[in-house]
Amino acid sequence: MDGEYTLEITNMSKSFPGVKALKGVDLKVRKGTVHALMGENGAGKSTLMKILYGIYEKDEGEILFKGTPYKAGSPIEAIRSGITMIPQEISPVPNLDIASNVFLGKEHTFAGALSLVNQKKIHEETAKLFAELNIDLDPHLMMKDVSIANAQLVAIATAVSYDSDLIIMDEPTSALTEKEVEHLFTIIRKLKEERNISVIYISHKLDEIFSICDDVTVFRDGEFIGCNPVANMSKDQLISMMVGRSMDEFFHKESAEIGEVLLSVKDLSLEGQFSHINFELCRGEVLGVAGLMGAGRTELMEAIFGYTQPDSGVIELNGKPVEIAEPRDAISYGIGFVTEDRKLTGIFQELSIKDNMIMPDVPSYLKAGLLNNSRIKNECQVQRESLQIKTPSLEQLIKNLSGGNQQKVLLSRWLLMEPEVLILDEPTRGIDVGAKAEIHRLIGELAKMGKGIIMVSSEMPEILSMSDRILVMHEGTLSGEVSGSEATQEHILQLATGEGINKEES
Amino acid sequence: MTAEKFKDSKVSFGAIFNKYGIVFILIGICILMSILSPAFFSVRNLTNVVRQVSIIGILAMGVTFAIITTGIDLSSGSVLALVGVVVASFSQTQIADGQPVGLIMPIFFSLIIGLGLGGLLGGINGSLHAYGKIPAFIATLGMMTVARGLALLYTAGRPIGYLKESFIFIGGGSFLGIPVPIWVYAIVGVISWLLLSKSKFGRYVFAIGGNMQAARMCGINVEKTLVKVYAYAGLLSAVSGILLVSRTAAGNPTYGLSYELDAIASTVIGGTSLAGGVGSIPLCVVGALIIGVINNGMDLLGVNAYWQQIVKGFIIVLAVLLDSRKQHKK
Repeated sequence: MDGEYTLEITNMSKSFPGVKALKGVDLKVRKGTVHALMGENGAGKSTLMKILYGIYEKDEGEILFKGTPYKAGSPIEAIRSGITMIPQEISPVPNLDIASNVFLGKEHTFAGALSLVNQKKIHEETAKLFAELNIDLDPHLMMKDVSIANAQLVAIATAVSYDSDLIIMDEPTSALTEKEVEHLFTIIRKLKEERNISVIYISHKLDEIFSICDDVTVFRDGEFIGCNPVANMSKDQLISMMVGRSMDEFFHKESAEIGEVLLSVKDLSLEGQFSHINFELCRGEVLGVAGLMGAGRTELMEAIFGYTQPDSGVIELNGKPVEIAEPRDAISYGIGFVTEDRKLTGIFQELSIKDNMIMPDVPSYLKAGLLNNSRIKNECQVQRESLQIKTPSLEQLIKNLSGGNQQKVLLSRWLLMEPEVLILDEPTRGIDVGAKAEIHRLIGELAKMGKGIIMVSSEMPEILSMSDRILVMHEGTLSGEVSGSEATQEHILQLATGEGINKEES
Repeated sequence: MTAEKFKDSKVSFGAIFNKYGIVFILIGICILMSILSPAFFSVRNLTNVVRQVSIIGILAMGVTFAIITTGIDLSSGSVLALVGVVVASFSQTQIADGQPVGLIMPIFFSLIIGLGLGGLLGGINGSLHAYGKIPAFIATLGMMTVARGLALLYTAGRPIGYLKESFIFIGGGSFLGIPVPIWVYAIVGVISWLLLSKSKFGRYVFAIGGNMQAARMCGINVEKTLVKVYAYAGLLSAVSGILLVSRTAAGNPTYGLSYELDAIASTVIGGTSLAGGVGSIPLCVVGALIIGVINNGMDLLGVNAYWQQIVKGFIIVLAVLLDSRKQHKK
């Protein structure tokens, strides 16, 4: 049996102040296989990967890598020993070309005190590497001109160039289209079959697990739940392993009564982003907005919220045109917006959960000019309980929460304001199944209360099960509108890719 | 049970030390100074230290607000000087030999004008930064040079003396046995603490420093808040200017040279991060006291002035080094 596994982690534990993140977990990755690591947010996946990558130190447990005890003190040590991680958000150097990015830190140089880089050689080697991996990219291209999908491939090539035996991929497809995902999978298969490389594949997307992975290990709340070959499992089994509940409990949208028109958008255009957008949102309605990456959905929402200024068009609330020059105007009209990028436009990392919740509405918590702490606590506590935000205290800094819990805090930020219109941009991206179900339940409740909800989402099941009506965008225009009950995945995809436009009623 | 309890208290002590480690450093330095120099630990000397610290300490509070928003205020020393000479010129006695520089008016009005001028200059800093989209470093660097130039121009480079007794009381007098500057420092400290930790303005300051885009998304008027931050810093520079001029009984256009650097040092020693989003007024006071105690202690020990500078430099870097080690340890 010697040498069957590339990586064997046994009985690994790790605690942070107040939290036991890992409670004696195991992870055994066979040589030349793709091993899925699954679990809700906060299950301990990232913590384990960070230990492996030398960012955290373990408390207890043993790691064998290629049969010998392994310990990394830093990512560089990990890379040198043969483990590379491709993070969810890769950050290449934009003003260097592809080849320079691939060889960053291990450049071929000419002899001499200046250590001049042998550009010709690194370009040749990059081209050779790309040819072997079937990556069709010009190594001379500047990184800033490379799409996210291609940057992902460059990152994989970089990992291969380190002669890695194990590559960790954290949500590698979260920004990719289906076609790009297919290409990525072809390359992953090549890695394992031709180079005997093992991959730890972290993802929340079940379809991907079943199409690319050999084995799957599931964690829940820091505990090891099980490890099985993917071929022996069904999706429902996998989900119940992750959440300890069955699939039936998800995706419940109670139908609400659709009322009068709340928001109407007329002929809204912003050059280069979207053009001539018209739609209406009614009370009690969940309006899904589907489309591919780059279709202009987020940009449209940002313009409605006043984060950017449209070139032309009118926004009406309750039949009256409104002037929205800044987000604060939108908020004053009762519009809330949970943005797509939590880190960039959502959370205040260094502030407490409480402060993060009240930020859009601080003036209403004042008493004699000062913050009324007991009222803030009470109202935040209500949110914490109703959304089941897992935290030891409301004073906890939000950066210490898992992604799903951060998202719940951001949601409660707007719930506290009781908005009339709530815009949700990818409300459940990258969060676990349990938190997802709770957020879906909440969306349903809000609709029932007569609020209007706009939900931008790239996840088909979410769009299909939650929406009363679905708008589909394609390259900055509305390519179609489908009723939620009649919509099919195929139809929406046709509209999103621009194929079905002519068939749609004019 | 008891073991658990012990463990808990150990954890919380660690947390307290992490957060307030700088307070222990101040206490440590005080103990060290008391041992080295018997003159140090006396009411008289300690009062003296706090009074000396008050000028820089008040500047540092304004700087704290600016730094939390990821900005900086380099103009505080120069604004102090300009406000100082203007207030002095309005506060001269009638019987000066020669002509008074400015219009003589009741003390109350000259103070109002001084504070207004400080707030205005700060507001200009803030507007240039927020609406003109100029980095705060550059906007306040410009103001630093201009305000200094104006102070020199206004006085033709000469100090303004012959100040009224009632004016001199502000910096030189005592109330209930405590020097007035200490009272002012305490009051400004309490107001700043309330503003930063308990008010809407303070939440917005932290929000902008922590994540400016998210702050906008939360409907915060980022530009207006920034103008207020720098106006407040300017106002505090004016307060310091008034204290310094009345204490020395003269308005000198060269006052406050490089005070902005001591103020920034106090802020940073107090744990305010230059990356923004983190900071506290009480710890800013502690930072200023550390600098004051070290200055005073070295004076008492007769340390050569050149060495004093070197030691101070080391301490600033050391304090921040400790802080960043603390941040990175997980």
